[in-house]
Amino acid sequence: MTAVLETRDLAKNFGGITAANGITLSVNAGARHALIGPNGAGKTTLVNLFTGALRPTRGEILLDGTDITHLPQYRRVKRGLVRTFQVSQLFPGLTPLESVALAIAERKGIAWRWWRPFGREAGLFDEAAQLLDELGLLDCATGPTSRLPYGRQRLIEIALALALKPRVLLLDEPAAGVPRDESVELFSRIASLPRDVTVLLIEHDMDIVFRFAERITVMVNGGVLVDDVPEKVAADPRVREVYLGEAGHG
Amino acid sequence: MQPLGYQTLREHMRARSAWKPAEYLIWLIPIAAWFVLPTHLSLLSQIAIMGLFALSLDLLLGYAGIVSLGHGAFFGLGAYVAGLLGKYGWGEPLSGLAAAALVAGAFGYVSSFLVLRGTDLTRLMVTLGIALMLSEVANKMHWLTGGADGLQGVAIWPVLGLWRFDLYGRVGYAYAVAVLFVLFLLARRIVHSPFGQSLRAIKQNERRMHALGAPVMRRIVAVCTLSAAYAGVAGALLAQTTQFVSLESIGFGKSADVLIMLVLGGTGRLYGALLGALAFMAMRHVLSGMTPQYWEFWLGAMLVLLVMFARGGIFGLIDVLRARLGWARA
Repeated sequence: MTAVLETRDLAKNFGGITAANGITLSVNAGARHALIGPNGAGKTTLVNLFTGALRPTRGEILLDGTDITHLPQYRRVKRGLVRTFQVSQLFPGLTPLESVALAIAERKGIAWRWWRPFGREAGLFDEAAQLLDELGLLDCATGPTSRLPYGRQRLIEIALALALKPRVLLLDEPAAGVPRDESVELFSRIASLPRDVTVLLIEHDMDIVFRFAERITVMVNGGVLVDDVPEKVAADPRVREVYLGEAGHG
Repeated sequence: MQPLGYQTLREHMRARSAWKPAEYLIWLIPIAAWFVLPTHLSLLSQIAIMGLFALSLDLLLGYAGIVSLGHGAFFGLGAYVAGLLGKYGWGEPLSGLAAAALVAGAFGYVSSFLVLRGTDLTRLMVTLGIALMLSEVANKMHWLTGGADGLQGVAIWPVLGLWRFDLYGRVGYAYAVAVLFVLFLLARRIVHSPFGQSLRAIKQNERRMHALGAPVMRRIVAVCTLSAAYAGVAGALLAQTTQFVSLESIGFGKSADVLIMLVLGGTGRLYGALLGALAFMAMRHVLSGMTPQYWEFWLGAMLVLLVMFARGGIFGLIDVLRARLGWARA
């Protein structure tokens, strides 16, 4: 297995607080990898370091073996490193169709075009409609995003990421706040992604993590505690102590 | 098999950038005004010029969401460029506009790097600071700009070598409206393009745009440059049609006026800028005739009422009324 996404001794300090403390981690190509850990363990900080929203205090990030530590966010996305947000980051005033078409335009590099009307880029909207269709969002494609129910907004959050045809997809609690039956649907969609898409899932729900992941990294206090296959992680006494506790998988 | 609805969606998207009947009507107004108000042509040209100026701010604020309290800097810069060219031997109007656009655009490009990062408050302060500095530079360089006395002796050649600027302001008005119309068409193209759509998206959620792989900073630089060039052309138009540049044209008052006009009309819809300029200038004309000292009181009162009860400006108010009456939104 080759690593597609790696960190080497990655650290981030906010003033006196250490949010990431020398993280060395590797995510294999095509992996279904989960990142878990109690609140404040530094999971979202790590995602922000991966995407370039934050700059590390020290250490390196590699994508396909190339150092991307100092690349701006958009260049990382162009290389196929795409994320979703724990709290939906949508365009409230645009329709889902426009939002997804815009994501496709960015991927295709045609969002700089300034003469031909956006609505006349036909290929863009066919592709956007198809993606929304696959996610069961076609019927609400032309209404304002802000008026959609929460579950559907979460799906649009995913749709925006998928529109970029990611090679590495970072999912930051995709099912947060989504009712159980809808989250099952959501994960069946994620599970059906082609195997050449690497997925790193940040998730609180242990049922989902153990159903989905083939490898699990447990973070505590900004560092990696355990990194192993689910069976070993579940059996690890340290993990039980800090994370699963009494409430977990007994 | 393609599910039903794709064709409908395609048509829905294509229809968004199509001209609506009301738009054709709106552009008949400046033509009608020529015949109805022949004695007010110089006021009308100023409305067209301020409309173009407000349009330039709309590109920046209404579409990309970048606030500015110093847009008068670009307007004034354009005015001085065109005025100085006219004074020192090059009075050809169209190339004067182009030169103004170039200089103001270049200044907009450079200063855009100061507003890239930061919140609305820092942007307000930075743009205000730049404008104040530029205004004092113009004041100080009396030998070049005429300082507080204004730039005199501006001579502008006939438009296209055919139409000489006349005392009644007929040529000036037609010229200003024609330039406004052409630049409006261009702006309309741009805001409906993928680039324009990406600006709207940056305004709504910059974070997500980064995550979609958009070079957000470059887009902001691009719109700042474009907006500054537009403002420069507006300033140049004022200099050319009045054959004079006052220090006022680069002052803080201009920056404040244009912001008020845009908010008054409604941001992010191009026509709001034009309507706002019309409403502002008409109000000033009528109210200052009645109470020369205190007309701004009424302007202020109207502004407060508008932002409290109709946040989208006059156009926002129209939308609300249309919704009440059950008409479909355009």
